[in-house]
Amino acid sequence: MNAPVKIETTLKDWETDQEVRWCPGCGDYAILKAVQRTLPQLGADPANTVFISGIGCSSRFPYYVESYGFHTIHGRAPAFATGAKLANPELDIWLVTGDGDGLSIGGNHLMHVLRRNVNMQIMLFNNEIYGLTKGQASPTSREGTKSPSTPIGSYDHPARPAAFALGAGARFVGRGFDVSKNLPDVLKAAHGHQGAAFIEIFQNCIVYNKDVFNDFAAPKGAEDQQLWLENGQPMLFAGGAKGIALNHDTLSLEVVDVTDGDWEAAKVIVHDVTNRSIAHMLVEMPFGPFPMALGVLYDDPRPTFEAAAMAEKAAASEGKEANLAKLLGKGQTWTVSGTAQGPV
Amino acid sequence: MATVAPNDADLTQDGLPANPESVVVRFAGDSGDGMQLTGGQFTLSTALAGNDLATFPDFPAEIRAPQGTLFGVSAFQINFGSREINTAGDAPDVLVAMNPAALKVNLAALKPGGLIIADTGAFTKRNLDKAKYDANPLEDGSLAKFDVLAFDISEKTIEAVKPYGLGNKDALRSKNMWTLGLALWMFDRPREPIHDWLRGKFKSKPDIADANIAALDAGHAYGETAELSGPLKQLHIEPVPSDPGLYRTVTGAEAVSLGLVAGAQLAEMPMFFGGYPITPASAILHHLARLKEFDVTTFQAEDEIAAICAAIGASYAGSLGVTSSSGPGIALKGEAMGLAIMTELPLVIVNSQRGGPSTGLPTKTEQSDLYQAVYGRNGDAPMPVIAASSPGDAFECAIEACRIAVQYMTPVMLLTDGYIANAAEPWKVPDPADFAPFPVEFLDQPNDGENFLPYKRDGKGARPWVKPGTPGLMHRIGGIEKHELTGNIDYSPDNHQRMTDARKNKIDGIAKELAPQGVTLGPDGDDAGGKLAVVGWGSTFGPIRRAVDNCRRKGMDVSHIHVRHIWPMPSNTGELLRKYDNILVPEMNTGQFKTVLRDQFLVDAQPLTKTSGQPFQIAELEEAIGKYFDGIPDNEGGQVLVNDDQLPSPDGGAE
Repeated sequence: MNAPVKIETTLKDWETDQEVRWCPGCGDYAILKAVQRTLPQLGADPANTVFISGIGCSSRFPYYVESYGFHTIHGRAPAFATGAKLANPELDIWLVTGDGDGLSIGGNHLMHVLRRNVNMQIMLFNNEIYGLTKGQASPTSREGTKSPSTPIGSYDHPARPAAFALGAGARFVGRGFDVSKNLPDVLKAAHGHQGAAFIEIFQNCIVYNKDVFNDFAAPKGAEDQQLWLENGQPMLFAGGAKGIALNHDTLSLEVVDVTDGDWEAAKVIVHDVTNRSIAHMLVEMPFGPFPMALGVLYDDPRPTFEAAAMAEKAAASEGKEANLAKLLGKGQTWTVSGTAQGPV
Repeated sequence: MATVAPNDADLTQDGLPANPESVVVRFAGDSGDGMQLTGGQFTLSTALAGNDLATFPDFPAEIRAPQGTLFGVSAFQINFGSREINTAGDAPDVLVAMNPAALKVNLAALKPGGLIIADTGAFTKRNLDKAKYDANPLEDGSLAKFDVLAFDISEKTIEAVKPYGLGNKDALRSKNMWTLGLALWMFDRPREPIHDWLRGKFKSKPDIADANIAALDAGHAYGETAELSGPLKQLHIEPVPSDPGLYRTVTGAEAVSLGLVAGAQLAEMPMFFGGYPITPASAILHHLARLKEFDVTTFQAEDEIAAICAAIGASYAGSLGVTSSSGPGIALKGEAMGLAIMTELPLVIVNSQRGGPSTGLPTKTEQSDLYQAVYGRNGDAPMPVIAASSPGDAFECAIEACRIAVQYMTPVMLLTDGYIANAAEPWKVPDPADFAPFPVEFLDQPNDGENFLPYKRDGKGARPWVKPGTPGLMHRIGGIEKHELTGNIDYSPDNHQRMTDARKNKIDGIAKELAPQGVTLGPDGDDAGGKLAVVGWGSTFGPIRRAVDNCRRKGMDVSHIHVRHIWPMPSNTGELLRKYDNILVPEMNTGQFKTVLRDQFLVDAQPLTKTSGQPFQIAELEEAIGKYFDGIPDNEGGQVLVNDDQLPSPDGGAE
């Protein structure tokens, strides 16, 4: 995205000397590897890459990537990243947040970084639980989730990160999951997008919310519940036996059977990443009756915040001299002449 | 208690002499009457005439309070004279009342024998009812102890602007200009600068400019005619002798903005300003938003927290990060300040204090965020605090805040208050060449042989500043305790002890390089000492200086010490304070700096507090100083009571 010169690196170049401190088996390991595998493919320059995070398990991420890193405070990473990007638009910024950090304490900042469209990749690790504080229900926990703070089961209605992002004005919404081999492709697409690119990454918290995504993300056998979206391709899943079509009477999506590969006959939708209406339907598509929409759900760039800020600064400065002495003496002034006299 | 200020002691019941040393004028009207504008332009013309001056703008928290009501009154007080002026004046000599409510709210403050100029056109039954007057005070003899000049300003304004074809409502908008014209005549001021200003302000509406100019000229002409018959007479106030040079007026908000720009230029840095709208701090964002050619980026964030976080992010990326707010917003920024302290990144935080707690008194002044500034963060989180004493002083303080921030890699808080932010004073335009540059040097190569240690400190205890984008120096920082050299996460007991000490020592060490604390008024150096030191900080400078000056002239052994560097204080401060038998600390809070002085130096500092949202009056301070010399034991210090005569008046902001 921002690296004008492609740098040759390997996965190893992106590893730090720090011991990774996530629980053994945590989905974060897989995401870290996917990112470290993606960065060399992008030709990213470690010196120009900055990982900025908030607080939580996911937010320890910057310590493990050999680049610049800033582990900030709970929920506020988007604000730090916005300031850094405005100060130096050349930086290639990756934001790392979680469902608690990004949607609870930091929901406000996430909304604004998306609507402003500050150019960066925003990875939200969604494990539907507070891990680092030992397992309380989070804003994405499903109704009925039993946790130390909801011993009888949560009655909170869960937030949907991708729907939140799109509603906030995001111009790129992607989805993946920790152990998915396709995750690097989603990351690459996000990186290629000029603007705030939001990626929801389902992540398995093996200690406090184990295997809640197994219905579509289980290592074996759940593939049929994955709808991998590809621009210009029909929305097919379950090995091409099923597809997503638009019911024109109800203006809603429906699952249709595809016979003999004839998806056109079944009126399966061809994915257009710039179609915002369809994107809204995809992020609202309930899992269970429908498969989980993964990949690039929406990608339709528009001018970025920092570009507008720089353009405005350039226009406002044009023909103006940055003369401090003149600035200080601006406005209506008067001159006192004669010999100096002290105050009375 | 309409006390007569000593500088105006020559005033008598017979009103103003023809050549007074100083005069206090209060313009009061409905918040929609343009009183702040009138006051501002009168200030400018007064400055251009070479008088020293101080102003006190007072306006309701509501933008357009219901017309004609007591709580909708907006006032602007100016004290100007041919000698040094330190405050906006204790009590006005002249009150301009644009409606009954303005008269009612401000009358108690007026000096006996003072002049009331009132617009009879606004003294209608309806407006009298709204101001809770049973009878028209202009007619019932209740103003007998004052000079009253009452006439129909509304009608005369409509008449004056008639040629411009405005409707009555629009015509009446020029009422304030008519009144300003009269005031300009009264104090022998030129009209041309106001003409120029009006033409500039209404560049695209020349008709409106002409109508306002006509109103202004008509008011002026009225003065000339009225002089023949009524109590109105022209006064002449000699210019004050002052240092030769170029002058302008400046408000604290302007001076802070200019000082920040100067500070960034002296550091040779781009500036990033993150702000969020809040009274009375927003003016700084507004000023800086227009100075982009100085490599200033302004960012109106989604909230106070994002404003400071973005500023820290910008500092991290290699700009000079600045944020600004008032008490409630500063409270929200607290956690992020801790991160700036922990990651040791430069940052300037401007706090324009207002009355608190909570929303408190948004448009009134107070100094009650001192504890918040010095002590108000979680953990051991030391941070330098600087306080500006006047609008002009805010310029230098802002530069100083920038310097300390970049040289010590630390957030710095600059305290001003609502009074400093809004008040204007004449300001000798500084020459940027008089300030020593402090260019920032970013680290761009290893600092420990072949190795790079992000937390290896220099002689000042500061860690290196490395911009992301620098090849070979990739590293990670964050709010978790980190190893004293590598910056890697390190929770070990020894390391936390050493890092806590290092953070404290770095800030404490600033004290050593500060100029020694001096005595503002009174014997200094080896001769310092005596019976009483009045120790102030911030905007109490003006009244303390004048009160101490007056008391010294009466022979009292009293000195004024004003502290700019609140934390840490210059190394000699304790030693200096111990040279006095007594220490009195006047503050617009319940005694916060008094506590800091006791805490730091174990001295018996006594508080003199005032928390009515009103600045100290000179007379109040003189009375408090006098108690150390009256031979009566144990009556010193304490609380200054609410002053019904002073701005903001109790009716002005209540209901």
